[in-house]
Amino acid sequence: MSQYDINKLIELGGQVVERARKGGADIAEAAVSEGQHLSVKVRLGEPELVEEAGSRSLGLRVIRDQRVAVTHTSDLTPDGLTRFIEDALELVQLSQPDVFAGAPDPSLLSKASEHRDLQLFDPSIDSIDAARALDMAKRAEHAALSVDPRCKNSEGATVSRQSGASALVTSGGFQGGTRGTYASIVVSPVADDHDGKKRSGHHWSARRFFAELDAPEAVGLEAAKRTLAKLGSRKIDTQEVAVVFDPDAARAILGLFASCANGGAIWRKSSYLAEREGQLVASPLVSMVDDPLIVRGPGSRAFDGEGLLARKNVVVDEGVLKTFILDTYSAKKLGKQSTGNASRGSSGGVGASTTNFILTPGTITPEELLKSCDRALYVTDMMGFGFNAVTGDFSRGAAGFWIEKGERMFPVSEVTISLNIDELWKRVDAVANDQDLRTSICSPTFRVSAMTIAGK
Amino acid sequence: MSSSRYHAPFGPQGGTPIDAEIARKLLTVALAQGGDYADLFFEYGVSGSYSLEEGILKAAGRSVSMGLGVRVMKDDATGYAYVQELTPEAMQRAARTAAQIAASGGTPTPKTFEVPGVTGRYEQQILSLDVAGEQKRELLLRADRAARAADPRVIRVEASLHEELREVLMATSTGKLAHDRQPMVRFSVRVIADDNGKRQTGSSGGGGRMSLEYFDVPQGVHSPEWHAQEAVRHAIAMLDARESPAGEMEVVLAPGDSGILLHEAVGHGLEADFNRKGTSNYTGRIGQRVASELCTVVDDASLHGSRGSIHVDDEGNTPERVTLIQDGILVGYMHDQHSAKHFKTKPTGNGRRESFQAHPMPRMTNTLLLAGPHDPDSIIRSVKKGVYARKFGGGQVDISNGDFVFSLTESYLIEDGKITTPLKGVNLIGNGPDVMAKITMLGNDMETSDGIWTCGKDGQSVPVGVGCPTIKIASVTVGGTQMGG
Repeated sequence: MSQYDINKLIELGGQVVERARKGGADIAEAAVSEGQHLSVKVRLGEPELVEEAGSRSLGLRVIRDQRVAVTHTSDLTPDGLTRFIEDALELVQLSQPDVFAGAPDPSLLSKASEHRDLQLFDPSIDSIDAARALDMAKRAEHAALSVDPRCKNSEGATVSRQSGASALVTSGGFQGGTRGTYASIVVSPVADDHDGKKRSGHHWSARRFFAELDAPEAVGLEAAKRTLAKLGSRKIDTQEVAVVFDPDAARAILGLFASCANGGAIWRKSSYLAEREGQLVASPLVSMVDDPLIVRGPGSRAFDGEGLLARKNVVVDEGVLKTFILDTYSAKKLGKQSTGNASRGSSGGVGASTTNFILTPGTITPEELLKSCDRALYVTDMMGFGFNAVTGDFSRGAAGFWIEKGERMFPVSEVTISLNIDELWKRVDAVANDQDLRTSICSPTFRVSAMTIAGK
Repeated sequence: MSSSRYHAPFGPQGGTPIDAEIARKLLTVALAQGGDYADLFFEYGVSGSYSLEEGILKAAGRSVSMGLGVRVMKDDATGYAYVQELTPEAMQRAARTAAQIAASGGTPTPKTFEVPGVTGRYEQQILSLDVAGEQKRELLLRADRAARAADPRVIRVEASLHEELREVLMATSTGKLAHDRQPMVRFSVRVIADDNGKRQTGSSGGGGRMSLEYFDVPQGVHSPEWHAQEAVRHAIAMLDARESPAGEMEVVLAPGDSGILLHEAVGHGLEADFNRKGTSNYTGRIGQRVASELCTVVDDASLHGSRGSIHVDDEGNTPERVTLIQDGILVGYMHDQHSAKHFKTKPTGNGRRESFQAHPMPRMTNTLLLAGPHDPDSIIRSVKKGVYARKFGGGQVDISNGDFVFSLTESYLIEDGKITTPLKGVNLIGNGPDVMAKITMLGNDMETSDGIWTCGKDGQSVPVGVGCPTIKIASVTVGGTQMGG
């Protein structure tokens, strides 16, 4: 069915764990992964890039006398592995004892029989060859460049597919593996504005299963529509006004909340949400869940990075903060239990992270939401990184459309939107029902009753 | 000869060196389908990381990656494949995969290789990685002690040290065989200060292509204590920060790190791939005025020990100082092999890539706005009401038109020619060419940044340097929260 043999990965992980234990580690955890990908890009109808490759890697965390070391390597030759394990055991002597360091209690670890099949793996994906991917990219770009004579240049269209498998083996007795695939198509047209300025835009589709991608032509057409809509963009006056975030922009704001609700940020006091559990942190219209068990979801998983069974957590319920997002370490630091949100970074380290983090959709359509606005800035793009997690101060560049009496009047660019994010969530006064699970942090359109716009 | 423990197996001091003969064989396979250019990029990367928080070194880490990327070009199309295993079979498989971008025929490979000989831009013999870990732990502990001693309001201290060796070897079908060992260190300190429940964060960091000699600068600048005190000063200053005015106003940028604004707002638009494709606002504008006549902008990979410096780019070309803008006139772009061919010019040595897993693109190295004629104090004094930008958090640009956004992590109000109140949550938003035209004063105090910036493009990150003097911009939109400011 596929070239990925999870048992082999588990076997390799098991050997590494055993050698590390023999070398003196109290706790050893090995994460093994392998994968391959194909990525093609077409620009102005011609192939520009065909990239194909496979990779394998191994991450290891060892703990000895409550001292921690993390190592990672792509050199899986016998000599490479020996050196890798020695390095970890040498580094662990350098760290200083941390009483909170440790693995989950073995009785909490999940068993393979409990792991749900979440349909994350499309067995046919690796049969998509470069010729087929190039054809799709060409069709997508062609559709974008056939709409309007002002939209005739492009940064290209990219089609890619990737597949992979990973396994986790821990000295506490956990063994688990998973396989996954992901495919995407992106089109990035560039249009000429009347004043000689260029305007770039893009649209994309991404899914676990290749066949579920939007049609290339549809992606191209939408990309052109979005790019053309920006022509004639102008600044607006500095003012305080309602702001509507489209799903892409909304997702970015939701991501900031997720990072502030992360246990790592909480115990470090690096979040404005520290000590706010049980309190009102958003308008009653706002609920947020972290749900790893969505079938074919982009961020889905059956078990977490420490081997705990993955579970759905309600993080915000009608505006009230119910829980932080915790791994074993951050849970211990806060005197709580892990929420099953551990994940292993590329360096081999472990931290808490979201899976599918979703703002619960409302009942009205995004069109109805926009219709109900008297005056508003409808934000479709944001730029920059103006966010201070400790204070919640938020200020970002924004572009989109000016809305008046429910109608889209003209495109807007080169303004900033600012408001402390704590206040921003409390001022959410409408949430729409559009939800497209392209990304693991996913939001519908929503409106904030008033923000400061800096423009002219 | 180096006494380092760390050598790439494929390098001249490794166990299985790649010589001209092996390179020629692989290039022959890569070009067997008729590609008109091919290159091999071998890379061995080792990095170490040490992170301190709550007064202890909490984790030490090491990471090793190695592989070969094979690129084959046919006209404007690129075939790319990479492998991690450096066995003859695996390397040939990668070469065959990349070769498929071309359809027919074979292209001859070079008989001999030329070896570029530029050295001396950074120390290659002594590696931070070879120094005993206890010494590095002590650097972090010193920062922790200094930060806590600096002010009782400091409630958290985080310090980290990252060290790296990147050893690369390239062979090209145009007959270049280049080898380089590129070291890097990066140190950073972040603190949180709490004043009766009001919290603010401050940070300081630096580094470069060097070993631990980074810390040994006279007068203690760059020492762990110096960075710790700077981070504390930043956090404490921000405790008093007030809402920022919003709207267009005069802005003065501090020297050094403000160069990141120039990097984003102007630099990217001068990377020749965007101009080859006609997707940059600087396309077709060579010889035209694109900035005020005070401005001369260069990209210089030769600065000693700077984070963006390289002896050889990732296509085997040696970068020299490239002038991009001279007295406000656009005079050149930054090229890789591909864009240079398109523009019928020589590559400028700006072809860089994140790793063997990625193809090269024109990228900046150290991008500098050179000094102007004005005394920095006179620049501040000339502003009736405006914003002084001292520390930048990061920024982003829309290459197609130069629109940019930058967030400031430390900024102040300027009132009647004096720097006064610290401001919070400030963004600068504007347009690169527009801002460059509005530079009305330029200081004589040119500084280069202290090795903290990483640039992202098309998902690839590379280390860069930036630099500039004090800059006055006549009008930029300041994104603040205070209305009617």
